[in-house]
Amino acid sequence: MSRSIDIKLRVNGENVSATVPARLNLVDFLREELCLTGSHVGCEHGVCGACTLTVDGDTVRGCLMLAAQANGKEITTIEGLADSGQSTALQAAFTKRNALQCGFCTPGMLASALGYVNAGGAADRDAIRQHISGNYCRCTGYQSIVDAICDVIEETRT
Amino acid sequence: MSVAKPLPHDAAKLHVTGAARYVDDIPTPRGTLHLAFGQSEIAHGEIQSIDLTEVRRSSGVTAVLTADDLPFDNDVSPSAHDEPLLAEGSVHYVGQPIFLVIATSHLLARKAARLAKIEYLEKPSLLSIDDALAANSRFEEGPRIYQKGNATNAIKQADHTIEGVIEMGAQEHFYLEGQAALALPQEGSDMVVHSSTQHPTEIQHKVAEALGVPMNAVRVEVRRMGGGFGGKESQGNALAVACAVSARATGQPCKMRYDRDDDMIITGKRHDFRIKYKAGFDAHGRVSGVDFIQYARCGWAQDLSLPVADRAMLHSDNAYLLENARIESHRLKTNTQSATAYRGFGGPQGMLGIERVMDHVAHALGMDPLAVRRANYYADLPAENAGASGGSLTGKMKSQTTPYGMEVTDFILHEMTGALAKAADYETRRLAIAKWNAQNPILKKGIALTPVKFGISFTLTHLNQAGALVHVYSDGSVHLNHGGTEMGQGLFLKVAQVAATRFGIDVSAVKITATDTGKVPNTSATAASSGSDLNGMAVKAACDTIRARLIDFLVGHFGVAQEAIVFDNDEVRIGDKALAFADVAKLAYENRISLSATGFYKTPKVAWDRIKGEGRPFFYFSYGASVSEVVIDTLTGENRILRTDILHDAGASLNPALDIGQVEGAYVQGAGWLTMEELVWDDKGTLRTHAPSTYKIPACSDRPDIFNVSLWDRSNPEETIYRSKAVGEPPFMHGISALMALSDAIASCGESYPSLDAPATPERVLKTVERVKHGI
Ligand code: FES
Ligand code: FES
Repeated sequence: MSRSIDIKLRVNGENVSATVPARLNLVDFLREELCLTGSHVGCEHGVCGACTLTVDGDTVRGCLMLAAQANGKEITTIEGLADSGQSTALQAAFTKRNALQCGFCTPGMLASALGYVNAGGAADRDAIRQHISGNYCRCTGYQSIVDAICDVIEETRT
Repeated sequence: MSVAKPLPHDAAKLHVTGAARYVDDIPTPRGTLHLAFGQSEIAHGEIQSIDLTEVRRSSGVTAVLTADDLPFDNDVSPSAHDEPLLAEGSVHYVGQPIFLVIATSHLLARKAARLAKIEYLEKPSLLSIDDALAANSRFEEGPRIYQKGNATNAIKQADHTIEGVIEMGAQEHFYLEGQAALALPQEGSDMVVHSSTQHPTEIQHKVAEALGVPMNAVRVEVRRMGGGFGGKESQGNALAVACAVSARATGQPCKMRYDRDDDMIITGKRHDFRIKYKAGFDAHGRVSGVDFIQYARCGWAQDLSLPVADRAMLHSDNAYLLENARIESHRLKTNTQSATAYRGFGGPQGMLGIERVMDHVAHALGMDPLAVRRANYYADLPAENAGASGGSLTGKMKSQTTPYGMEVTDFILHEMTGALAKAADYETRRLAIAKWNAQNPILKKGIALTPVKFGISFTLTHLNQAGALVHVYSDGSVHLNHGGTEMGQGLFLKVAQVAATRFGIDVSAVKITATDTGKVPNTSATAASSGSDLNGMAVKAACDTIRARLIDFLVGHFGVAQEAIVFDNDEVRIGDKALAFADVAKLAYENRISLSATGFYKTPKVAWDRIKGEGRPFFYFSYGASVSEVVIDTLTGENRILRTDILHDAGASLNPALDIGQVEGAYVQGAGWLTMEELVWDDKGTLRTHAPSTYKIPACSDRPDIFNVSLWDRSNPEETIYRSKAVGEPPFMHGISALMALSDAIASCGESYPSLDAPATPERVLKTVERVKHGI
């Protein structure tokens, strides 16, 4: 049970090697070992989306993936997205549209939104709503979040 | 001027970069220990033995505490001293903390907590409203009763009567950030606690009692919460006290956070209610008498149940002038989580009772429910009347009082309803829906417009006070502190806008700092929607003290008249001269002028006797109205909200962007309560829906397809901060229009009245459709 595994991965562009308990999940590894506390934990079983981050360009739940499974992969957290400028337009739109209140859902929401935008998603409110339906927000009622994502798509494609 | 601007949330930049810190994100010193509760597995019984051998032996465990190990007060209740941190001999609900594990990690603590062997002598448990009624298990000696006129006679003499009952379920807060606390032992016997709480002063108080130290030995800090909604008014006490006693016992920093399942199993929720009603009315739908019996399921400890149930009574008139009303309220004690504060604080439940009556009356008469509602509204505040609620009425307006005797003099819902019905095209859509329903046998649509009148102030009068601390530094930057807490509602920004406006500087020059019991003492919870009303005024008072000192000094120094001094645009104009605000601060400092002040505010005019049910519990009312349109599938019960239009009264809004955000979020949460969020306890009292996999809150795809929200931007007749109105709770009750629209859709399936209970899940909608189809 207490078996440990050596892993090597890239996190936000930096090489990381660590020895982790086999059952440690990725989001706990990032939060506790690397102090990247921007990824949040809301349910720990894959429903709320607060832990959403990017692994090799795909949007994944950090609470459903083990740190051991991240071996050899490229992880980008909210901190990395912000530093690299990948999410600049979304950040600005979320701020302008007031698409956050308590902010706890925001890092996961941005990661999901970025997945949608990067995949060439349309500025179609229905499609956006379906796409982010795996990310809960208890505060905003989602209206402003959909507005913000729409804005970014419209601005970058015109 | 900074107030009234739609500025974005002050912490937006931190949130979008992941830099905003919640309690669990605060870097902890080496050696920080982690806690978990061992919980009761039964709903009611005596503990016969506790064997913790395996728990202590489990990997990473440093210590295990039981009630016997607590040297001082073992209590985390906000009121009646009836809620031990760790059970003493008996247990009263499934999930009640019995022992406390202190371990080297969160996971190891939780694992160890499951290894206890506890033997119980099980006793019969009271789980439902019926169980509690049968056993006469309640808080307070008997029901509370408020009345006006003679409801029984009025109903007897009325041309028409209806009778019915509505059940409304509980609701989990589902703040996205779970409960969390961190205690850091200091030198001597001092303790610093970081807590995700709406009520730092209460945390300080409970921690001090548990440690056997005076309040001045405990400092509580709250930078932000990841959502609160009332769920962090008292429910954080257990974690903070657990951390503090463990930190004292071990000498190490201690942190505790509930994982989601523990959070849902241990903490209290919105009270579920049953409301029985009888009403008498005339052929125009005008209600002459109404009688309510409200049953609130309060759970095992008193917590805030008395004021919650009071507020349900105080909202059983909603927007309607009831000349004869009787409201009887039962506060029932059950073996379930201790129900607690939740956005609206009983108001939504009380309001839903009278909205159901209006809907039922309309159905009985075959009238548009909106016509019945408007026929029963209080009269609008006459345009020329600057008077405010509770004030004396002069002129043309006839006196109109609530069932608890408070004058309503600021009513505006006739005008607002007219404006909303027009903007949302209510009449036309209602006709179109009737036509559509006649042509569609399977899918049915429904529409409803419901009003909200919500009383603003704590009903416990002495809580209506607030303090602030403001420093101006010699470089002109401002440090702002007050007793309110930030849970996402934007309170900090609104209050900073007030400070910036008082000094005529940009809001960016105001540093918003964490709520801290060492800076502002004896604060009330950030609750009852009162955050910006109270703290905004306290901050204004502090800023005005400093301003007055500056003006005094400038008058003497420059030999100008007081009126010649104006704070604006980052400058102070002194006659025909202008100095940067920063230069004025520096000059004042060099001339030995104090640039630091406290501010204090207490709400005027409120006085309330909750036993008699008389007086003026509220400073003023907030208003609003919403129209929801829904569609249901009569074969499956599935349903969705197609369109919602809301017009909401925020007074002269301090920040329209924040206020609209509050309204949107509140509606979705309110509609969630009434349509999809269902808590299910089994017959052993175990909560079966203790995670989002089984408890469904609204996702983005559940919100209305079309969603229009606007503010009714008109000054509050009462002297509130820049004439704004409180906005946290009132819009939650717009969710009622979604339930009433579902009822309207179901009503089109047959002749009988739907009597739709909440939450109107697909299952319940389907059952109700079947009933209406068969005329029962
Ligand atoms: S914490 Fe991973 S989805 Fe909720
Ligand atoms: S902003 Fe609070 S959960 Fe989304």
